[in-house]
Amino acid sequence: MIALFDENRHLIEQGASPVVNAAREVATEAFARLGIPSSKVEAYKYTNLQAWFKATYRFTPTESGFSGNIDEVFTCDVDALESYTVFAVNGRYYEGSSYTRLPEGVVIGSFAELSVKHPELMHKFYGKLAPADADGVVALNTLLACDGIFVYVPKNMVVEKPIQVVNILTGDTDRMVNQRNFIVIEENAQARVLFCDHTLSNSRFLVNSVTEGFVDASGNLDFYNIQNQHNGVVQVGGYYFNQETKSVLSANYFTLNTGVTRNNIFARLGGVHAENHISGLYLTDKNMHVDNFSFIDHAMPDCESNELFKGVMDDGSTGAFTGRIMVRPDAQRTNAYQSNNNLLLTDNARMNTRPQLEIYADDVKCSHGATVGQLDEKALFYLRARGIGKEEATILLMYAFAYEVIEKIQLPGLKEQIRLLVEKRFRGELDKCDSCIVCGQLNDKILNASV
Amino acid sequence: MLKIKDLHAMIDGKEILRGISLDVKPGEIHAIMGPNGSGKSTLAAVLTGNEAFEVSEGMVEFNGKDLLEMSPEDRAREGLFLSFQYPVEIPGVSMTNFMRTALNEQRKHRGQEVLSASDFLKLMRDKKNLVEIDSDLTNRSVNEGFSGGEKKKNEIFQMAMLDPTLSILDETDSGLDIDALRVVANGVNKLRRSDNATIVITHYQRLLDYIVPDYVHVLYKGRIVKSAGKELAQELEEKGYDWIKKEFED
Repeated sequence: MIALFDENRHLIEQGASPVVNAAREVATEAFARLGIPSSKVEAYKYTNLQAWFKATYRFTPTESGFSGNIDEVFTCDVDALESYTVFAVNGRYYEGSSYTRLPEGVVIGSFAELSVKHPELMHKFYGKLAPADADGVVALNTLLACDGIFVYVPKNMVVEKPIQVVNILTGDTDRMVNQRNFIVIEENAQARVLFCDHTLSNSRFLVNSVTEGFVDASGNLDFYNIQNQHNGVVQVGGYYFNQETKSVLSANYFTLNTGVTRNNIFARLGGVHAENHISGLYLTDKNMHVDNFSFIDHAMPDCESNELFKGVMDDGSTGAFTGRIMVRPDAQRTNAYQSNNNLLLTDNARMNTRPQLEIYADDVKCSHGATVGQLDEKALFYLRARGIGKEEATILLMYAFAYEVIEKIQLPGLKEQIRLLVEKRFRGELDKCDSCIVCGQLNDKILNASV
Repeated sequence: MLKIKDLHAMIDGKEILRGISLDVKPGEIHAIMGPNGSGKSTLAAVLTGNEAFEVSEGMVEFNGKDLLEMSPEDRAREGLFLSFQYPVEIPGVSMTNFMRTALNEQRKHRGQEVLSASDFLKLMRDKKNLVEIDSDLTNRSVNEGFSGGEKKKNEIFQMAMLDPTLSILDETDSGLDIDALRVVANGVNKLRRSDNATIVITHYQRLLDYIVPDYVHVLYKGRIVKSAGKELAQELEEKGYDWIKKEFED
């Protein structure tokens, strides 16, 4: 990998932000030391990334390898949700999609371009959260970082419409994608950001993406990641957030279809009275593997965090959940709640769940709970005794199990979409490329043409 | 309508029903009484298809069809209804969605068209009035956070919605205060017609003051040991079950 970097170094560094280039120095050293984590690394115990990084992928850091027109491939149904929509194709910001004029001062666009334009933001924030010196995949991402999505919302600005980032994987060749995203919500500003992850071709993809998100005092970020990719995708998604005083972050992860997904979700509560809500729903079947690793760091007093992850697991799918909560000595009067509940539909599905609480303050309220169970036979019989067939009753109960997470969605249009998608998914009607979560249907004809 | 012949059923190898025969005709109300552990609830469970029980002998005919061959959902679709002794809470499934799904599956089974949204809502409204249940109960998840009385009223509401030909009320009176009992009984009486029938399973005579049975059967140790008119319930209320136990001790 380092050889790969050295070969492409000139290409990667040319025209890039000096801050981004400087960070590569540390990352090179760290990656040489850490490498890709195997299951011997405690945090990756249940997801051996080394195995997945072994396959051969094409890697072109400075170009997406896509030359078609996204608007033709991807038609938007704006009735579902009016949003500012931008695209990233194979990790590169995609120019050419038109969207409504942004509110004054708000910046959304290419990380490659905007990181050069905004050195002050880069100096202040870049690489401050994602641990390039401690995690091999973050080191690798930092080493190869070229492009991704850049979102900046200035002080006191409320972005009413959601910002939708459609991450598309496409092309005829198996490909490695390295994406770097950067979100800054300044003081008292508000935004909703959706990441929708899709595949448009049958090639295999290895995705290593890192998103850093900074929410300043009294800021509010409502973040969603909706993953609906085919089973040839291995995706490591790192989401690293920092919250200042009285800020509110909610981050919601929906894994509807994937091959292998590992989410690293870190949130540092770095100011008093900050509020943090993280939730996730993963629906797995066949050989899917989904591993959510979360770390909520209570560094300051009087903060609150609520965490809820739920999984419905079918066939021989496997999953893992790790919920680390750190309450540092200064973080008095912390309220931290966590639960992870899993519904296993077969004897072959496997789930490993581990809450990890480290509490160094004495005046705190913390709770955690983890369950792994089967369908409630009594409830199933009750439904059948009213004339509802076994299959339909099972779907109703699966949906009932999932709904608690869906109810956390604060965007009304999105909530309805996710409800439908989850129901379709349970009925086995949601194909890998069936729809864009928010934007409507894919055009099949163009999908089959090579791009 | 319902013909039970020499029905034997067991759970975990233990025989609970030991030869029950019963004949229920349209328009009739039958009460099944008996001390705790006599097999009353087992009879209800076996009739509705609870797979925890194994039928070892006997037959049950329902409107001319072999009931024991059917899945629980098909029994319901053929017009059988059980008011559960312990209705199950199902968070996340709304009452409206539950009832619409159930009703439409039953209609499809009978070759009827599914109800339109507006027809369905109208039906809900009418039946809610009929059985006097609070409007907001149907806006919630199935039985979630319902009080004991609300759960039982909700069973009667479902019965009204599904309009079964044979209803089995399993200890519907247990734990009910007198007001809730009256609401439940009124609902059952209003739903009574000459072409449907009801089996009331109860330990106490009290409910039978409100739902007056045509026949009273006493179940003891898995057998019907006594059958008579409604006066038998009164007799049991006065004398308790001890005289039955003495008379039919093995």
